[in-house]
This record gives sequence, structure tokens and C-alpha cells, in this order.
Amino acid sequence: MSIELKKVTKYFGDFPAVYDVSFAVNEGELVALLGPSGSGKTTVLRLIAGLETPDRGEIYIRGKKVNNIPVQQRNIGFVFQSYALFKSMTVFENIAFGLKIKKWKKTEIEQRVKELFELLDLKGLEERFPHQLSGGQRQRVAIARALAPKPNVLLLDEPFGAVDAKIRQELREWLVHLHHDVNVTTIFVTHDQEEAMEVASRIVIFSKGCLEQIGTPRDVYENPVNEFVARFVGVMNVLELVVTNGVARIGELEFPPHGLIDGQKLRIGFRPYAVNVSSDPNRYRYKAILRHTYFLGIMLRLELELPSGIVIKARMSKEEYNSLGLQDGKEVSFEIKQYRILSKEGNQLSEEIPAV
Amino acid sequence: MDGTIKTYKEKSAGQRRVTEGSPVVKWILILICLVFLSTFLLLPLINVFAQAFAKGIGLYFKSLALPESLSAIKMTLIVAAISVPLNVLFGIAAAWSIAKFRFPGKTILLTFIDLPFSISPVVAGLMYVLLYGLQGHLGQWLDEHDIQIIFNLPGMVLVTIFVTFPFVARELIPIMQSVGVEQEHAALTLGASGWQTFWYVTLPSVKWGLLYGIILCNARAMGEFGAVSVVSGHITGRTDTMPLMVEKFYNDFNSVAAFSLSSLLALLALITLFIKTWLEWRQYRIERKA
Repeated sequence: MSIELKKVTKYFGDFPAVYDVSFAVNEGELVALLGPSGSGKTTVLRLIAGLETPDRGEIYIRGKKVNNIPVQQRNIGFVFQSYALFKSMTVFENIAFGLKIKKWKKTEIEQRVKELFELLDLKGLEERFPHQLSGGQRQRVAIARALAPKPNVLLLDEPFGAVDAKIRQELREWLVHLHHDVNVTTIFVTHDQEEAMEVASRIVIFSKGCLEQIGTPRDVYENPVNEFVARFVGVMNVLELVVTNGVARIGELEFPPHGLIDGQKLRIGFRPYAVNVSSDPNRYRYKAILRHTYFLGIMLRLELELPSGIVIKARMSKEEYNSLGLQDGKEVSFEIKQYRILSKEGNQLSEEIPAV
Repeated sequence: MDGTIKTYKEKSAGQRRVTEGSPVVKWILILICLVFLSTFLLLPLINVFAQAFAKGIGLYFKSLALPESLSAIKMTLIVAAISVPLNVLFGIAAAWSIAKFRFPGKTILLTFIDLPFSISPVVAGLMYVLLYGLQGHLGQWLDEHDIQIIFNLPGMVLVTIFVTFPFVARELIPIMQSVGVEQEHAALTLGASGWQTFWYVTLPSVKWGLLYGIILCNARAMGEFGAVSVVSGHITGRTDTMPLMVEKFYNDFNSVAAFSLSSLLALLALITLFIKTWLEWRQYRIERKA
């Protein structure tokens, strides 16, 4: 076990920035801390680094309790969101800084920095100053600087936040490769669920300072534990139904009452992929108008509007869309394959229930 | 980088920018500034040098070589040499605590730093006389222990420190605030101690601002009249600094000596101004590159 948090709580004033958080990260893992802004994910990262001290709970790095060990002695590599490169030092001096502090021999420092220049493709930039680098280069220097003293764990705060979309995509793949090469336990913070899904082997999801779910990307997408996770990781249609005459309904849509009596409310949710759509208005049970199609690369998202005004999001591949001959503004029919029941507070989610 | 300078120049020289307004207004404003500056600043300054050299260069140096002149120059240098380094230390400590930490009473501390700017130097001097003078609260005790602060060098250094305290701190606070704490945190995560972080990361990032603050502080320390005048006791050849000696010469109708010493102070001011401008230009270039 490389890193373990046990019931960690951190207050800023009266505000619990991190509350009762426990999770463990295995040696060599690449883990994402995911959540909206203000969810406490960055604070968790800073707690692990030692830049903040927990009010309650314990933090272990490689089995050793580090609560009272200052940041300097935790042997972590931290990459700041703004990179925080030393402006008055060259790229070489930046990367060598940690080694100089740890009193490495001059030849060893040169050897190590050279290694990192090759690993991170920084050759030729030795004598540059941070302000002479591009965003991507700055980030690689920041990572090289953090990796130089061979840390037990690499912590990255929003590593792709400050670069533009195209480079961001490249950097994601690059981080996966780097992690593969260096194989150091890596934890990164992100608010972008797609990024977390793509890069991390496991995702820890936070909301309002609490840990909501931890699991593989597939796990959290297919089996979200609550409404927050379901809606944060991917898109979910959520409907509030009222039971009348033994049927739970909203507008045209009807579902079994699941044991509820007339007048009671039932909340259900389903992913866009759980919706079958046909251009034949009579193929499926419900009729709707295809309001708009969003192109998301090879997948498309469809917005279906029922006569009652309810909007349902569906999803299909480009091939399927083309073969069906769908078109914005045309009448279509659809069915919902499976759904989940959400508890009133949204903190519980049932297994998927087949609807057809 | 040269390219950007060129395009900027071309733009300003060639077509007028939309935001600039009428060229007539522009030139009238510039003219007013020039007339104002030359009448109120440049002319008197030139006059100082003209008066100093009015009776020949020989008399100029002779007046500077008078024992009271030499003593005044020496006193000025000693006072500055003690108060400036101390204010650098205080200034760094004050700026550091205000820029990097959160604590209750921070605004009050910030206001206190500005206090010397808003208090008349004469009042500042008087405060020290009342505190350390024979009639003062500490005066008795000091006298019993044979320590003389007022009408002596320690008092002059103390008031100079008081008057020049804000320069370094005021210069550093905005720079430290804009640099932020992330670079320092980065140094900590790399294993650096607090002292190493200060030495390798904090100090280099504020060095130009610090130098600027020191120069301003020094200029004021050497030029201070009011506060030092109150505590010095005007003992010729012992506690007179250059500004005090200038006044004395002037009152004794020794205008050449007065203006010679003044010219030395003015020269100091000009050098200060030159270094300050150079530093600002340098800083501007560094920022533009970044």
C-alpha cells in the first residue's frame, strides 16, 4: 500500500473542506481525484503532500504515518497547477534544485538531470528560463523537477488545466506513457470526468468534501453508487414520476410503481445509452421529435422532445445514426431499455432494472 | 522580441490610435507638463549647481573640505549606513509576514507601516525627544546608566529608521503578494528548509524591488531634515548631518558652502533617480519577456 488515508478531516474555519475521507492507493497506481470545484479534491492532494495538516484522521505513505512529518521529509513530488517553476532559475537549475538541496554530488546531479531531459523530451532547453518556454514545456519541466529526487509518490494538481484543448489530449496520453515508464505511484486532481476516465486506472470521486465513490472508470460509470456520481460521471436522464392508478408516470412515460401507492413520488434515472431510437414513428412505444443532434466524435447525442415537453437524451454511434437516416426535426420513436431507481435524497441508486 | 518593439513603435509613430483623441489636446498636455517641470523642478536644480560653482571650482571644493562639512558628510554616511541595513531587515520581515501569512490584525500592521509617511518628521523627532530625552519616561533611567540617545548619534539613527521604515516594506509587499507562495511551496516539496527557500527562491524573486526600496530608503535617510533636526541638537562638527549643515551655512550667509553641500545632496538624488529608472526599465523588460 503506497498511500492510505484513514478518516481524514480538514476544516477551513468552520467549513469542512475534507470530511471523513478514507481510501488507499496501491504502489505504482495512477489514480484520479475527481470532483467539481470546491469538492475538496485539491485539499486531499495537499494533505498527502503535507502542505496542509489534517484536523482529524491519519495519513500513511508506504505504511508510515506521516501526520507529523513535515513536507520536506515526505519525499513526494508535487506538480502545481500553475507549475510554480522558479522564475529566476534556468530549466536545468529548476530540475536540479531538489537534488542540490539533498546534497547529491555534482556529477550525479548532471547524470540524473540528463536522464530526465531525455525522458521528458526537454533536450536543448537547459539554459532557458521558464518565461521562455511554452505551456507544455513548462509542465514537462515541472514534472521533471518533481520526479528528479525519485519521490515515493507523484502528486499533480489539475495537470491539464492550463493548456489548450489540443495539447491537453496529447498530454493525457503522454502522462499515461510516462507513468508506464517511470512507474511511480501517481495521484492527479481533475474536475474533468473525461480526463479522469481516460487516464486513471482508478477514480476517487469527491463532492462537498466527502468521498462519494472509488473504483475503476468502468465501475463508476456503469455502477454509480448515487445520483451525484451518476450525473457527474457521464450524462444521466433523471425523471420524477408520480404514481397514479398503480402506474408511475410523467407525461407519456410509464413505469411500474415499485410497490408505491397512488400519490407517492418515484425518481428514476437512465443513461443515454439505455435509450433505443428508431426513425420509424411506430417502431417503439413512445413518440418524440428529434430536436437536436450533438456530434461528439464517433458518438452522437440526441435530444428527443416528447409531445408533453419532456426532453430525453439518447446516444448512438455515427454508423447507427446514418443507417437509421435520422434527421433533426423529424418524428421518431424510442424506448427505455433499463433504468435505476433513485432515492429521494439522491444518495442511493438501485441496480439497473430492465424496462422492456 | 525586437520585432514587438518595432511594431509598437511603428504603431505609435504612424497612425493615431482610436483611444488617443485629438492630437492638439495631447500636445497641449505635454507642453503644460514640460513647462511645469522645468519651472518647478529643473530650474531650481540647475540653480543649485550654478550657485555652488558661482565663485569658482576652487572655492567649491574648499567649502566641501571645511571640517564642519566633512563632519556633516561623515555623520550622514554613518546614519545611513546603520539605518538602511536595519530597515532592510525590518522591511523584509514586515513584507514577508504581511504577504505570506494570514493572521488577525494584518490590516492594522499594514497601517502602522504607513504611519511614518503620514506623521510630520518634526513630530516624529519630538516623539523621540519626549521618550528618550531627560524629561522623558526613559530619559531618567538612561541618564543614570550614562546612555545618551538624544542630541547624539543613536537618536539620529532611531528617527531616521522611523522616517524611512516604510520604503523597503512598501516596495516588497505588492511584489511578494503577486509572486504568491506557490514557488516557495514547490521548494518545500523538494526538501528545502525555510531558510533555503528564502535564500534560493524568495529573495531572487524580489531582488529588484528590494534594491529599489533600498535606494529610496537610502535617499531619504541621507536627505532627512525635520526629524533629525529635532533630535540632533545641532552640535556643529558632531551631530550635524548634511541637510542640517546646509541650513547652518545658509543662515550664516555662506551661500557657496551651503550650495556646495546642497549640490552633493542633489547629486546623490540624481544618482538615485538614475539607478531607480534603470531598475524600473530592467524590471519592465523582464516582465515583458515573461
